[in-house]
Amino acid sequence: MEHKPFAITLDPASSLANHTGNWRTMRPIYVDHLPPCNQACSAGENIQGWLYEAEEGKYERAWRKIMEDNPFPAIHGRVCYHPCETACNRGQLDEAVSIHAVERFLGDYAIEQGWQIEAGEATGKRVLIIGAGPSGLSAAYHLSRMGHAVTIYEAGPKPGGMMRFGIPQYRLPRNIVDAEISRITAMGVSIHVDRKVDNLEIAIIEGKFDAVFLAIGAHLSKRIDIPGRDTGRIIDALGFLKKMEEKEVPKIGRRVVVYGGGDTAIDAARTAKRLGAEETLLIYRRDREHMPAHDFEVEEALEEGVLTRWLNMIRQIDENRITVEEMILDDKGYPQPTGRIKTLEADTIILAMGQKVDTRFLKDVPGLDISQDGVIQVDDTMMTGRLGVFAGGDMVPAERTVTVATGHGKKAARHIDAYLNGFHYGKPPSKSVAKFDRLNTWYYTDADKSQQPYLDLARRRASFEEVVGGLDAATALLEARRCLSCGNCFECDTCYGICPDNAIIKLGSGKRYEINLDYCKGCGMCAEECPAGAIDMIKEMR
Amino acid sequence: MSYQRVKFYQTGTFTVGNRLLDEADRTVQARMDRTNSLNSGHRACQGCGEALGARYALDAVMRATRNQLVAVNATGCLEVFSSPYPESAWQIPWLHSLFGNAPAVASGVAAALRAKGKTDIRVVAQGGDGATVDIGFGCLSGMFERNDDVLYICYDNEAYMNTGVQRSGSTPARAWTNTTQAVGTEPGNILGVGKNLPRIAMAHGIPYVATASVADLHDLEAKVTKSMSIRGARYIHIHVPCPLGWKSDPAQTIKVARLAVESGLFPLIEAEWGVVTDRTCIRQQIPVEQYLALQGRFKHLFNPRDEPSLASIQAMADGNIHLYNLVPTKPAMES
Repeated sequence: MEHKPFAITLDPASSLANHTGNWRTMRPIYVDHLPPCNQACSAGENIQGWLYEAEEGKYERAWRKIMEDNPFPAIHGRVCYHPCETACNRGQLDEAVSIHAVERFLGDYAIEQGWQIEAGEATGKRVLIIGAGPSGLSAAYHLSRMGHAVTIYEAGPKPGGMMRFGIPQYRLPRNIVDAEISRITAMGVSIHVDRKVDNLEIAIIEGKFDAVFLAIGAHLSKRIDIPGRDTGRIIDALGFLKKMEEKEVPKIGRRVVVYGGGDTAIDAARTAKRLGAEETLLIYRRDREHMPAHDFEVEEALEEGVLTRWLNMIRQIDENRITVEEMILDDKGYPQPTGRIKTLEADTIILAMGQKVDTRFLKDVPGLDISQDGVIQVDDTMMTGRLGVFAGGDMVPAERTVTVATGHGKKAARHIDAYLNGFHYGKPPSKSVAKFDRLNTWYYTDADKSQQPYLDLARRRASFEEVVGGLDAATALLEARRCLSCGNCFECDTCYGICPDNAIIKLGSGKRYEINLDYCKGCGMCAEECPAGAIDMIKEMR
Repeated sequence: MSYQRVKFYQTGTFTVGNRLLDEADRTVQARMDRTNSLNSGHRACQGCGEALGARYALDAVMRATRNQLVAVNATGCLEVFSSPYPESAWQIPWLHSLFGNAPAVASGVAAALRAKGKTDIRVVAQGGDGATVDIGFGCLSGMFERNDDVLYICYDNEAYMNTGVQRSGSTPARAWTNTTQAVGTEPGNILGVGKNLPRIAMAHGIPYVATASVADLHDLEAKVTKSMSIRGARYIHIHVPCPLGWKSDPAQTIKVARLAVESGLFPLIEAEWGVVTDRTCIRQQIPVEQYLALQGRFKHLFNPRDEPSLASIQAMADGNIHLYNLVPTKPAMES
């Protein structure tokens, strides 16, 4: 005290003694909301999560993150109808992130690098899976990661299901299918092909299986009643597409008519075009807007020269011609006859009227609830009415896509694992969705979507080469970086920079931030400015 | 603007930092080792733009001078909230004398350092708009005229906030303050008054004059850093919203500042030797109403709508946009 200057009684002190945190009525907290892409993904991928890794060029980490949910990134990058991109918030800013293109890049890169996933520690439990399509293989993969011994019985000559016998090669090259399936067999999953199960109960006893997953898909083509249709020139679309996997390609003649409006109809028409049909005509009873097929596929078919007759119904099939009647849509969008009849020439008629499930092998299984078209009812654990028998994919009520089937496989695997261990799998509580209005889009730079290369038209019409090409590494990186990281911190330092009270502690790369509650006054600037909407303000409890 | 913006697909162009950017392309504020010249525990209100602007500017100066800095502060909010006896929030050499004499004291500090041969130590003087455009203006003009080696930074919150929101020479047209009440036929501050200090500073022909905003950190840091590469009298005028005096939401301090820039009411420019050399273009132009509507001090313009006043304020923004070519018609400009 004696040595202080005149009129000075206190030692110099720091403002740190003044804990301004006690002014606060609201408190910022870091949160992770559910990005809309993740919410929309039928396979349950953490898309924002793997894009975050891909943004840094950490491709293996990104790929492994996909593989936690989906064993087929290279396949999905090609054939998934990407509901994630429809949901993507960036679509409201400029264009949605091309998620499928980045996924495809990662999938292809993984095949090139030979990355592999290991099976889990053996549990001694045995699971039988019937059907080696996307759903069965996905379940096998996840069960194998959980350490269960998996055996697949497949009725067909090769595994892959619709991925091999439904989707044409120009959309999904078979070497990709083979590569992604061989990763699963390398984990120890044994696939028995040409092994049709006639009686499930006997198969279970013979193989000493602890649980079963049914995933046979929907392979029976639906038939319709058209007079005169029992001629050799009428084939079903699935059978036609399946024949493409054999040595002898089907003979279809010069003029081909495809009847139907779904994706299978489009696939059949484009395949017929590639086989050299001079005229491929797609006939559908409603108009283009009401087609169940995805619009980009219709567009690609039209580009390749597939002709169309919307609002037409086939009334009769004779030796070299068909009779069609023009239709008109009523108020509810149902086609109604007009009485206007036309005759068309046709060498082959391909019927694509949808598929049903062949459930004859289940006739002796007690407790199953099978509807008329073969669809099997399951509970919310994917279990059928028979204890320990689960089902998924096209044979249960759901949208019939590779992605939904793959998601079923994962879901069923979790519940089968829980069943085998005698507990119930509880879904983690779902997070709130990071909608567009959470974002502060000021901070994002405008950037157009990267475009994938297309095969030129002449080659598309004449060959089964893949139509859509992949992104190169540099473009895939930029595309990944278009992700807005909705609802999840991606370490842009904005909160750290703009806090007037230095009350945000930067923890370093990959560790995000912390709020220093001793000094945070609760002004809310960090939450207001956060580009990704990853900070919430909550009421301070006192 | 005097630097090339990093064009980054996700963020980084406008955010404080980005984990994917090179260190050199991030701001000083993104660094874990920033000075934090103004430390936690200061007593500024929630969401104070001035506290933020001061840390932005002085941290950038500290980095540019390798921590060789003396700061002189005028009286005002910044001084009061940072140094209640015996506490200090300053982590840099800092001195305060009077309301009106900060430029003169800074000139003296610079002269003393020169006399001692310590020319590597640089001097910054800082104050609010009251100390700068009104009370200390004579000393400031002298400091400019003598071309003393001082960077003077004005944190403009457009009124005397510390003493209870009284009008200053920088208060905008039609703004409510306690001395320009929103009553009568011409509510708020009257049209056609006040000073434009950046232009007055330019008229002195000093080496460097710039305006900056807490809404554009990259721009602000680039200007502060550039100013420290120059010797002689320099002036930077930083727009800092005051939630208390502007009656705005403390959470929206940056947003309010951003809309001032995007509307054209607060142009971001640079001038050397009295000549405008560059400006930061408006990215997404907005009508002034959007900026005014966020602030309670302009509430009387909207209930009922005061069309003539809104038109006059819009005309000011349009004048700035025209004068500085803030919305270039040619697409060649950087975004």
